[in-house]
Amino acid sequence: MEVPILKQGDYLIASIQSALSDADLLNLRDELADRVGRFRSRGVIVDVTPIDVMDSFATRTMRSIAHMLKLRGAETVIVGIQPEVAFAMVQLGLTLEDVATALDLEEGLAYLNDRMTGGSSSVR
Amino acid sequence: MASKKDPQTADTVVPVLQEATLGLLRELVAHLRQNRTQLREEWVRRITEAQLLIAMTKEEIFAEATSVFDNYVELLETGSIEALQAHARNLSERIIPRGVETQEVVGIVLLLRDVLARSLFKKYQSDFALLNSVLDAYEPAANRIANTVSVGFVQERERIIRQQQEAIRELSTPVLQVRERLLILPIIGVIDPQRSRQITEQLLRGIRANRAKVVVIDITGVPTIDSQVANHLVQTVEASRLMGATVIVTGLSSEIAQTLVTIGVDLGKMKTVGDLQGGIEESERILGYKVIDVSEAPVQKSPGVM
Repeated sequence: MEVPILKQGDYLIASIQSALSDADLLNLRDELADRVGRFRSRGVIVDVTPIDVMDSFATRTMRSIAHMLKLRGAETVIVGIQPEVAFAMVQLGLTLEDVATALDLEEGLAYLNDRMTGGSSSVR
Repeated sequence: MASKKDPQTADTVVPVLQEATLGLLRELVAHLRQNRTQLREEWVRRITEAQLLIAMTKEEIFAEATSVFDNYVELLETGSIEALQAHARNLSERIIPRGVETQEVVGIVLLLRDVLARSLFKKYQSDFALLNSVLDAYEPAANRIANTVSVGFVQERERIIRQQQEAIRELSTPVLQVRERLLILPIIGVIDPQRSRQITEQLLRGIRANRAKVVVIDITGVPTIDSQVANHLVQTVEASRLMGATVIVTGLSSEIAQTLVTIGVDLGKMKTVGDLQGGIEESERILGYKVIDVSEAPVQKSPGVM
């Protein structure tokens, strides 16, 4: 299941549609790293709303996506983690420490806009 | 009497004995009815002597004793346990709010049993064989009655406890929106693991429903915290962050602060502010609100407008 990646101005939006296999996740990572360079994107939003299980591999991949993209010059936000998923993740000790998160796509965009304008860091 | 074979009780008398037993029971009931006044008084005297039911006045005890006595005799006569069960429930409902303890209820029922048994001893003391068979008839029924009343009382008590737990659970964790995107979660009372799980669930749902960006958890009303709950609190903070909300914990008592430090909870992940007011001010800062004194506002504006 491929993840559609939309370009929206300076940002890329990876909108996950259904549960992903490990290979899909790695594909997503490589695809994003590639496109960030191609489109000279400044920010990336990964929308995980439909995902109802985040295992350790998915979490680690999300983290490595954020770190990789940082090195490629883009800020990453994970948005749409559901309440049950959030709590399950924390109980498993998967807390995505140094990765930005936001409630939904709208929030994620607001966060990125805020970071890009160099405004007061209102979100963490 | 067919109702003697009540399926609810295992200790029903063996059928072979029944005819003779029933005759004796009838005689017994007649005897108890005859001596109603005297036996009741004796019972009440014994209750007062044993210092049971001290929460009630003497008249009340006498009134209750009378109705229990009548029900008791009726059960001996009819063997129908329902009436007594209903009566026990009713009685418990009345006396539990007055602080009557389980031991007192068991105590008075056993006293009645004793009083009645003594009167039987006195009546049949000349005929040992008859006394024996009278007791054979009386004992199972009396045991059943004592059982029913005590169980009724305990059940009523448990029902009340369950009801109260439910009420506490419902009242315990309000999630309140005070401003656009700002939630407050005041926690009062002891947090046990079950409650903390419930708090987390409600909070996370509240964050999604209200699209909250900042949450203030106020634990001024929490006396102590154990390590399990503290860890859960940290997990809640983390989970909220995953949903894009910042959590500010306010009102940590010095005792709780000490606990958290002692058990080595990582406070770096938690934003803490001294009191609820400070917490709200901090969250307003994060959200970009500014509260202005009404009397000052127009003064600042008027030069620009003029």
